[in-house]
Amino acid sequence: MPTAQGGTLYRGREGMWSWVAHRVTGFAIFFFLLVHVTDTALVRVSPEAYNAVIGTYQTPIMGLGEVGLVAAIVFHAFNGIRIMLVDFLANGPRYQRVMLWIVLGLFVVTMAGFLPRHLMNVFGGH
Amino acid sequence: MTSATHGTPAVAEQVGTLDAPRSPYMRKKTTRGNYELYSWVFMRASGVVLVVLVFGHLFVNLMVGEGVKAIDFAFVGGKWSSPFWQIWDLLMLWLAMIHGTNGLRTIINDYAERDVTRGVLKGLLYLAFTIVVVLGTLVIFTFEPCPVGADPELLASFCTA
Repeated sequence: MPTAQGGTLYRGREGMWSWVAHRVTGFAIFFFLLVHVTDTALVRVSPEAYNAVIGTYQTPIMGLGEVGLVAAIVFHAFNGIRIMLVDFLANGPRYQRVMLWIVLGLFVVTMAGFLPRHLMNVFGGH
Repeated sequence: MTSATHGTPAVAEQVGTLDAPRSPYMRKKTTRGNYELYSWVFMRASGVVLVVLVFGHLFVNLMVGEGVKAIDFAFVGGKWSSPFWQIWDLLMLWLAMIHGTNGLRTIINDYAERDVTRGVLKGLLYLAFTIVVVLGTLVIFTFEPCPVGADPELLASFCTA
């Protein structure tokens, strides 16, 4: 937590909040990764054990959880590319703000492609 | 460092650690190596590769066909009977785990102020890293898509063909 008396380097707005979101999404994705490798490891136990656990991923509640997971990954991926452009392009830092809005635009487009398909798979039909 | 041009004796004492004139500029003089630089580079290099690997993984498992509803033992059997997906998933496992562990290491360094807390949290982190990477690697390479005695209904179609 910021403890410096004279305030801290980051003072809100797009730069700081994108940094916060990058950190929060990365943290969440890491813990999903630990769970996901472990549940996949059940293929070494038996087909029944794996199918029982992976079946819970297909329930409506977990289906919504997957929406959150994919949203976190998509933001982290696009914002990660933005971070690299900020670091490596000569004019990167000058355009960091406009690049965040591009990231958010691409995020909306990607989720618009993913959501209908996924929600149909989870909630539609049988 | 005895030159009178350095000013008062007190100052001369302070500048006793200065480099010789015209020695190359060094930003820092510790001998801890370039570890943090390499970690910074790795986050960017692995990040680029992971965007491709993870988006491909999500597309094949969640978008194609019936998406998450189609995932079962037979689906995994079909994928991991091909070296292409074995290597894809192995690369994704290692890169994501190193990338994520390094990210969490940064977060712990930022927020855990007590030495003991930081040490314990990083110890747990590295333990989790080791277990998950070893477990995942073993599973990818020791996986048997057609285990003997299993219900054929649950296996990929090529097991009974």
